[in-house]
Amino acid sequence: MKDLDRRSFLRIAGMSLGVGALYRVAPALAAPGEAAETARRMAKKNGEAVRPFTFVQLSDTHVGAPAALNPGGTQAFERAVKTVNALTPHPDLVLFTGDLTHDSEEPGEPARRMRRFQEIARGLSVHTLRTVPGEHDAGLDGGALFREVFGETHYAFDHRGVHFVALDNVSRAKPEVGPEQLEWLRRDLSRFPPTAPIVVFTHRPLFDLKPEWEWFTSDGDAVMKVLSPFENVTVLYGHIHREDDHEEGGVHHHAARSLSWAFPDPQKTEERKALPFDPLHPFQNLGLRLVHAGPGRRPATATIRPEEVELSMAERSGTEGFAQLLRPSTL
Amino acid sequence: MRFPRAHHLLPLLTLLALATPGLSPHADEPKVIEITAQRFQFAPGQLTLKKGEPVVLRLRSLDVTHGFYSKPLGIDATIEPGKANDVTVTPTATGKYVVICDHFCGSGHGNMKLTVEVVE
Repeated sequence: MKDLDRRSFLRIAGMSLGVGALYRVAPALAAPGEAAETARRMAKKNGEAVRPFTFVQLSDTHVGAPAALNPGGTQAFERAVKTVNALTPHPDLVLFTGDLTHDSEEPGEPARRMRRFQEIARGLSVHTLRTVPGEHDAGLDGGALFREVFGETHYAFDHRGVHFVALDNVSRAKPEVGPEQLEWLRRDLSRFPPTAPIVVFTHRPLFDLKPEWEWFTSDGDAVMKVLSPFENVTVLYGHIHREDDHEEGGVHHHAARSLSWAFPDPQKTEERKALPFDPLHPFQNLGLRLVHAGPGRRPATATIRPEEVELSMAERSGTEGFAQLLRPSTL
Repeated sequence: MRFPRAHHLLPLLTLLALATPGLSPHADEPKVIEITAQRFQFAPGQLTLKKGEPVVLRLRSLDVTHGFYSKPLGIDATIEPGKANDVTVTPTATGKYVVICDHFCGSGHGNMKLTVEVVE
């Protein structure tokens, strides 16, 4: 059988996995016979055929954070669960990009916070939940509790033809992935063709966003070098408690807003201090993103368009309706 | 007239050597600055260094393991409790720099930093 042809793949599933909390993956239309053949070949290589689906990224719920830091508590997280459950089409998958809980040194408290996180997350009517730890989950115990609850802190899986890679850049206490995980990544990716769509999800940025605020991964360059042969890579991360979009070497890095508190724009201030909480607008600067796939510039390709969704208090949504909460992305 | 004996002259000669620039055995050694790390601050919290002049930052932790990191200053160190870690820094450009703790040490870790001003 002739090997998978790059041009055929792009015609069928030319996609750029893009921004935001909600992603829609849609192979572009092509002649059904050719599409079926390419999908069959991709399935043989990846283990799964490319089929359209939607997924969501949620981040930084910080369950258990003190009220002084997070006056809203778990309200935003609980509201996000309801928002996700109301989405149509319904997402297949939710990725949590770390800081599920806020750290504590009181015996038994980290486990209690993790259980509370799980309790709220179980409200999601989504087929698959996947998590990576943040430094607040794993920085003090090297990831021991996380592994006990969720399993490995770094792993990979395939879903509908997309290869998802969970990277841990927090358990070593320093912002780094480490040589063993880099080697694992290299081996994991070696079985995929350069055109395979890859989504990396992790906690800290893999580039130097703001090192003075510890918004970086010291071996992030090494990670990106391992990913560099691949043409369709998207990185999703959290940690910074604000949206951000960065493109480098053809890879898009997207930070999600948090579901606890927000941080300011690092270009506008030197102090990494939480934005003030407004009880009249408790979900200001928090939330998630919707992303819609649409026609691309080239025939039979797809693009992804982000759209911001603000969380709102149920009692305030009144007659506004869900559609009125949407506003064009500022990215 | 009684001349001073050799064992009286030796301390005097040593003192003269130490006071004379270029003759002291410590003349070219970098200055040592003691820095302590304790959740969640460095002390001192601010330093002024001179461009081109090497200094040794003697790092000690008073409690848990901390990090000491600044990419522009070429610093990437770990400070473990119970032992001093000497880091030699020679700033190459003037400006303000921030050295952070990059070893997660608890809830206040995110704002644990030391500001360094490098002057001519």
